[in-house]
Amino acid sequence: MELLKDVVKPMMAGFGITRKRLAREKVTIMYPEEVRPMYPRTRWRHVLTRYDSGLERCIGCSLCAGACPAKCIYVQADENTEDARYSPGERYATRYEINMIRCIFCGFCQEACPTGAIVLRQDFELANYNREDFIYTKEMLLEPIRRN
Amino acid sequence: MPKRVESVVLHDSSTPVIGDMEKGGSVVLTSVETLLNQARANSLWPLTFGLACCAIEMMGSAGSRFDLSRFGSEAFRATPRQADVMIIAGRLSKKMAPVLRQIYDQMPEPKWVISMGACASSGGVYNNYAIVQGADQVVPVDVYVPGCPPSPDALLYGILKLQEKIKRTKARNFKDLRMVELTPRELESVS
Repeated sequence: MELLKDVVKPMMAGFGITRKRLAREKVTIMYPEEVRPMYPRTRWRHVLTRYDSGLERCIGCSLCAGACPAKCIYVQADENTEDARYSPGERYATRYEINMIRCIFCGFCQEACPTGAIVLRQDFELANYNREDFIYTKEMLLEPIRRN
Repeated sequence: MPKRVESVVLHDSSTPVIGDMEKGGSVVLTSVETLLNQARANSLWPLTFGLACCAIEMMGSAGSRFDLSRFGSEAFRATPRQADVMIIAGRLSKKMAPVLRQIYDQMPEPKWVISMGACASSGGVYNNYAIVQGADQVVPVDVYVPGCPPSPDALLYGILKLQEKIKRTKARNFKDLRMVELTPRELESVS
């Protein structure tokens, strides 16, 4: 009788909690198969966007590089010519590099950009093996031209 | 994750022996290596080494929502002797660097390092006299995870990348399998 009261009863109470919890909805996100829904303002990997015409939005003003607290953006600008026109303005970025490993994804570059060229999107799978691979060049950041 | 295809190369004399891969490799070593790699990749025990705010996300990844234990890494060890992978979570100050190196030396082979977050990987915004500009100046880093801090799923992606790397490891001779520690430890550096 003592055994029943001191051992079996508390054990049953414990198993009861387990049984109750089993009926609840599972909270685990099965990550590689299923990605959790991101908030709309989530800031991850940068993208250099284009206008609908296919021209780049970036005008090479370096305001993003100035606003960056980690100093991880490098912009080199050049003049547009009639033969080689990249952006609607006078200038465009010949080189646009972001050191993704130094970046802290604060979004200050997005705020500073006068044309809305650089935006932070929701792709978070950035881990890699070499430090050199984290220098994202303009070709990697630039959005592909949309074909209608 | 792409499926890995095992290729079996026979020895010169077409006898399966433990030998060098340069001579054509051996059947025994290939299968043992595959078995070991699978076992190691799927039971990575991380070392609790939270240095700053990234540690909160590291704890979050072990919680039930992201559940690191699905990949066999739930056992966060407080001692380096029982850990396989060191997750450097947070900024590494110059004062902490010798401690990090000592703890890395105390970990048994085979061992891996994940550098979590911008500060541990490169210094991040702290480009100053106090912070080591990248933990790879102190220990060899296998996987870098950018972010400030990386969300738990970004860290999980880093751990999956490390598992891929471990599964790709090739052993050229018996020593490369690292089943036992063949070199004696330097007692001065490890105490």
